Amino acid sequence: MSQVAGPRRALTDAPVVLPVTVPGQAPIPTLGRARPAPLRREGPEKLTGKARYTDDLVFPGAWYGATIRSTEAHARLLGLELDPDFDWSSVVVMTAADIPGDNIVSSLKEDMPALAAGVIRHHAEPVALVAAPDKATLREARRRIQLSTEPLEPVFDPLASNQQFAAYEISRGDLDAGFAEAALVVEGEYRVGHQEQLYIENQAMIAEPRPDGGITITGSMQCPYYVHEALTRALALSDSQAVITQAETGGGFGGKEEYPSILAIHAALLAQRVGKPVRMIYDRHEDISATTKRHPAVVRHRTGVDADGRLVAQDIEIVMDGGAYCTLTPVVLSRGVLHAGGPYECPNVRIRGRAMATNTPPNGAFRGFGAPQVEFAAELQVARVADQLGVSPALLRERWLYREGGVTPTGQVLRESVAAAEVLERAVESAEYERVREVSHQTRAIRWAQAAEAGRGVRSTRIHAAPGIGIALAWHGAGFTGRGEVRLASVAGVELRDDGVIRVLIANTEIGQGTKTIFPMLAAEALGIDPGEVEMAPVDTSIVPDSGPTVASRTAMIVGGLVIRAAQKLRATVEARCGAPFAESYREDARVNGATRIDQQFEPYPDVDFDDVTYQGDAYPAFGWACAVARVEVDLDTGGVHVRSVVSADDIGRVIHPILAEGQVEGGTLQAVGYATIEEMKVEQGRYLNDRLSTYLIPTSMDAPDITAILVEKPFSGEPHGAKGVGELPMDVVAPAIIDAIHDAVGAWITQLPATPERVLSALETLASVDRGTEGATLERGPEGAA
Amino acid sequence: MTAVREPVSGDTSYRFSVNGEAREVAVPGMRRLLDVLREDLGLTGTKEGCGEGECGACSVIVDGLVVDSCLVPVCQVDGSDVRTVEGLSDAQTEALNPLQQAFLEAGGAQCGICTPGMLMAAQAYLDAGGGSDEEDIRSAIAGNLCRCTGYTKIIEAIELAALERGGRA
Repeated sequence: MSQVAGPRRALTDAPVVLPVTVPGQAPIPTLGRARPAPLRREGPEKLTGKARYTDDLVFPGAWYGATIRSTEAHARLLGLELDPDFDWSSVVVMTAADIPGDNIVSSLKEDMPALAAGVIRHHAEPVALVAAPDKATLREARRRIQLSTEPLEPVFDPLASNQQFAAYEISRGDLDAGFAEAALVVEGEYRVGHQEQLYIENQAMIAEPRPDGGITITGSMQCPYYVHEALTRALALSDSQAVITQAETGGGFGGKEEYPSILAIHAALLAQRVGKPVRMIYDRHEDISATTKRHPAVVRHRTGVDADGRLVAQDIEIVMDGGAYCTLTPVVLSRGVLHAGGPYECPNVRIRGRAMATNTPPNGAFRGFGAPQVEFAAELQVARVADQLGVSPALLRERWLYREGGVTPTGQVLRESVAAAEVLERAVESAEYERVREVSHQTRAIRWAQAAEAGRGVRSTRIHAAPGIGIALAWHGAGFTGRGEVRLASVAGVELRDDGVIRVLIANTEIGQGTKTIFPMLAAEALGIDPGEVEMAPVDTSIVPDSGPTVASRTAMIVGGLVIRAAQKLRATVEARCGAPFAESYREDARVNGATRIDQQFEPYPDVDFDDVTYQGDAYPAFGWACAVARVEVDLDTGGVHVRSVVSADDIGRVIHPILAEGQVEGGTLQAVGYATIEEMKVEQGRYLNDRLSTYLIPTSMDAPDITAILVEKPFSGEPHGAKGVGELPMDVVAPAIIDAIHDAVGAWITQLPATPERVLSALETLASVDRGTEGATLERGPEGAA
Repeated sequence: MTAVREPVSGDTSYRFSVNGEAREVAVPGMRRLLDVLREDLGLTGTKEGCGEGECGACSVIVDGLVVDSCLVPVCQVDGSDVRTVEGLSDAQTEALNPLQQAFLEAGGAQCGICTPGMLMAAQAYLDAGGGSDEEDIRSAIAGNLCRCTGYTKIIEAIELAALERGGRA
């Protein structure tokens, strides 16, 4: 093993306080600065039960719709068999043949049908629709429909699949030269499985026929204009014949990014046929069985470190399982590839990624969007290098991390808003990382001594719980990848109506994160008025412009910037007309001059460009940065991992509303705790086995650690408020910190998520057998365990 | 939800109070209390998240105890006192009660779908004399899943409400 020649200071002795210099940075913007924050705008409705979610809405005369789904992973579809003893005149049954437009759910590729025709490609694939005037008849009709099929050979292993959805390769420097320089080469393979978004409100959609022959959709969704595009295409409607309105939405996390499109098509097909509103409300079992999950992935790393402990080469290969249809897989993979190296500068890098098709339900968007999978792998790799070098993992990261002027694998120069060092310092300090790590090492040494005495491998007869502390660092590209925002060309509006009401017009949805609360704040500040004077227009595609999807942590950052610019122009217009401050003149201006509406379209950031073909250039206009320190306790008898606390320091550019921003960090942290420890989707023959909430577990209040959210502000100059988004960052960073903490506690690396008791126990057994020298296992021991 | 269902043969009449108001429904005895509240009484504040007693979104208080209304057949609440989220705020002024106010100020509600059930579990805890101890609060809401908040600000809100009540006592 090579040694690090660099400084070996302990952070406790001499805290690494890195000067945060920002050469040539624009003056810190004042818009959106943290200040006493207004209460959640729709909070009272949510707290009194008055808020109306889709299933709470009454549509007189509505029928109930249901989906007939495949029970096979791959089959030829020969037809439907309807039980002749049932009165089919009382219900409506529809198949692919009844679709008036294209049988395609509009997305990146044109491969996913709204209803399977000819071939079934995954379990729970929609094959037919049925609607009935009441639930009992619907239940009975569903029971009387059988699918006639002929089995086909399925593919379940993405590594064995020969159908590729997308592949990307990035390289920088000279990989061979990099590895030739390396004194230490560490290789690793990491695996992550499906994760279910598990919003507590299931997917829900109601379609109502319109007098113009079109359809109005009311439902639970993140992206009304995605639904609009899908609906007009499948039902062959004009733009004005499809009106999409968002009901109060009980969580999304990416799970309501693309899936609502297919559900809206289904409800609309039935509503058009029945001539009445049709309700399609999933129960939990159907929701878990059929909707998208986080992509499983296998990530392989080869890392070269030179004799001075510098990172000199990274060779990374990613394989993602896309499931049966493409959905958003290419962009998930793209984000994965772009984040795979982690927040560390390396002169010689090769990152290759591919996403393969399997006969499993399609995977899709989930908070983090490809980054949590690869950053788990990248951080474990760094942790293992630190372990082999015998240096503090925090110190190694502090040496390797990006600083201003750093160059990423795509050749992007990080000119501003780089806070990797700052988040690391803040988290390390707040969690007293080095001191606690010292204590857990002492505890482990005592335990091992006792165990050796007793001849019991890593377990002691007297100590049954092992404490550990772990750390991870992450980056998350802000907004859409590459030229995504340029292509979207989003438009947001601010209007002063003739009745003096000021409204923000955006298609971005409130899904818990606080959209309805922060936009009045941003507009009001630009207008010089109180947020209470600004209203939000209803999210209805016949009213609001397409300000793009509510995804990619882009709402506060990109759409927030558009709204501020529109409000600034509105203010200037009114003040020029009245010669008085907006706050004093707008009501009179509206009365005299009528309505004024300003629509602001996204304008490309100057000097930010990305080549989608060569994958070179500025992959993102800016990055958010996060560091998490997790403390765990591992039960040495059961293998159970209890996450005690997590400190997460997140640089989000600018804090608009501290309570809402902390809420994002805390919530994302717990989803990552679930990802790291208990959330495991078991798949057998392409079917999710634990497709209920009693079998797919998410953390309860008893599982949740004590979470400390530290908000760091390193503003992005491309937006007037400097915000970079907050939703996804915490999801990227926490799982590897927990796995590092498990290693700190017991000395074993868990390379597959989640770290279930079975995996932890098995790693402990392997470790014990290595100790006894009875097996040729390759798990490394902790530094003090090395001979 | 739909309009109030029409009575059919086999229905039985059940009387109970909901948020202090006497109610009577004629339904099959095994009809879920959740459906009676949402569909027959139009009280849609109580939500369904899983239908099998795992998530707690449908939590209501029956005779002082928090229950999952998706697991309770209506015949079991005959003669009982049922409280739902709609009964928490002041009936006349609609002012939020101290627990709801604490949730609003602390940021305890995000998407809001778990909130009614979470409030009922927390209210039952406070009504039973529960204090501001964090571990006690965690176990009081252990049957209520939230996917947005990490529970941090929910726990803070309940602590606040408990402390405020303590101050007044």
